[in-house]
Amino acid sequence: MNIIICIKRVPLTQEVDLEVDELKKGVKKDALAYVINDWDNYAIEEAVLLQEKFGGTVTAITIGDEDDEEILRRALAMGADKSIRIEPGERELDGFVISKILAKTIRDLEYDLILTGVQADDDNAAMVGIMLAEELGLSHAAVVTGIEPEEGNAIIRVELEGGMDEVSKIKLPSLLTIQTGINEPRYVSIMGIRKARKKELVVIKVEDLSLSEDDLTRRTIIEEVFLPPEIEGAEMIEGDPSSVAGQIIQIIKEKGVSI
Amino acid sequence: MGEIFVVVEHRKGEIREITFEMLFKARELCQTSSHKLTAILLGGRDEGFVDDLAKWADRIIAFEDDRLKIFNADIYKEILDSLIGGHTPFLTLMGHTSWGMDLAPALAIRTGFPLATDCVDIQTEDGRPMVTRQIYSGKLFSKVSFKESPGYLVTVRPGAFLPPDDVEESQGEVVRQELPSGLTEPKKEFIEFVDTGAGAIDITQAELLVSIGRGVGEEENIATIKELADLMGATLSCSRPVVDKNWLPKFHQVGTSGKSVKPKVYLAFGISGAFQHVAGITGAGTVIAINKDRKAPIFRVADYGIADDLFKVADALKSEVTKVS
Repeated sequence: MNIIICIKRVPLTQEVDLEVDELKKGVKKDALAYVINDWDNYAIEEAVLLQEKFGGTVTAITIGDEDDEEILRRALAMGADKSIRIEPGERELDGFVISKILAKTIRDLEYDLILTGVQADDDNAAMVGIMLAEELGLSHAAVVTGIEPEEGNAIIRVELEGGMDEVSKIKLPSLLTIQTGINEPRYVSIMGIRKARKKELVVIKVEDLSLSEDDLTRRTIIEEVFLPPEIEGAEMIEGDPSSVAGQIIQIIKEKGVSI
Repeated sequence: MGEIFVVVEHRKGEIREITFEMLFKARELCQTSSHKLTAILLGGRDEGFVDDLAKWADRIIAFEDDRLKIFNADIYKEILDSLIGGHTPFLTLMGHTSWGMDLAPALAIRTGFPLATDCVDIQTEDGRPMVTRQIYSGKLFSKVSFKESPGYLVTVRPGAFLPPDDVEESQGEVVRQELPSGLTEPKKEFIEFVDTGAGAIDITQAELLVSIGRGVGEEENIATIKELADLMGATLSCSRPVVDKNWLPKFHQVGTSGKSVKPKVYLAFGISGAFQHVAGITGAGTVIAINKDRKAPIFRVADYGIADDLFKVADALKSEVTKVS
């Protein structure tokens, strides 16, 4: 079973104050730390688990600059066999352009399954995976929480709203977007990442993919990025923990709950 | 004058709320730009959806066939592609839901129309749509326009547009259509629905919920919050990351993919407030949030907030409760 995983490096923004950049088109990135996109980490683990069970190769692909190779080495350390970085240059990308670039890169590779994360933690768009599937004419499913391959097919679970899953049978080759919680991603040691440097990492330039200018033109344009509008929000309770606790208990009782 | 399409979402014989939210917003857009509002129904036979929809739209185009009873992106995208090709609606709205996430991006490639997902506002400026989205999990907003095109696709965040109870009624014309012949054989086949929310406790019935999120940090720390919940006679619930890490079973989960809850008081410990979580607590009487990140989105929706270390507050609560009883 040959599997391709499409992954992305994103800024870590939990418990971080974000600032809008001078052009108001994005976030100030200089002070941010970068990590593997959470959803993609689960996709890598799922690919490696399937490979351990059914054999075949796992190829990790990302679009980005040299710094982004960090997540490819991470994927290689987790068990992927080879990796590809696509260098976009100075080009502005959106989900549409990314899906075109990935489709062109993947078209001639051999695979049974392509896995992506449901979405990336930065844009939260959740579109590249399914666009890529349509470009390649593959079967597809979004928000997948289980994969069991059988001959020519896979039995998959898709997470719906309200505590409900849908089980279905899908023809391979297929593209599935992976939801968090599908597995427990393995720990990656610094030693493991160092060893992974011996594995294959190919760099391709977008220019060399002979995509048309139309394919490389964004369909969506960011006009302005701004901080959430000020609203009243919560009444903040200040003070030391014991006085705060006293006030919380009082509120709970006022609302008619006995403790 | 053009058209706005709204793709009707349904499951297990019921129209999903997101459908009415989209129809409500689409009606508003139609009024300002004199478009015609068309609901597109792909459903099974005899589900009775058409009657429920008639008052919300100018027209309902209905395909009723048992092959459409359960959502299947393969069949749906083929029908919608040909419908959009034939009508060229100015705007097509779908839900940013498990359906929409599987359908809309594929449809964008098929039709060649630009797509913006998970939108919380939609306006029209100079004959083109302009949408607002949240990025970085709601920490920033982004205003997005489109490359010029004959039509545009937008997926709408559930809960972003809430219709009032007294929505203005129209008498939509119903146009029933047969499935086109020669549909491609679908590559996906439905097997069953599985309920993942059932379990040992029912968080939807609790009066007081003590809920934990990613901020709890380590699995070992859950015991200390569980202890607090027990002391208070509260039920323990959680947000998605806690279930993803297998620290608590799924039946504890509050949010879009878990349960919607309606306690008198909801105590949120270390929950950042992703919209998927917040959607599950709209029925809560009072929300008290404890999070050390003063900018956490949860403080935008909570009634009371404490910007402090959750364990310090939990410990103080324990001594306070012990003192009371």
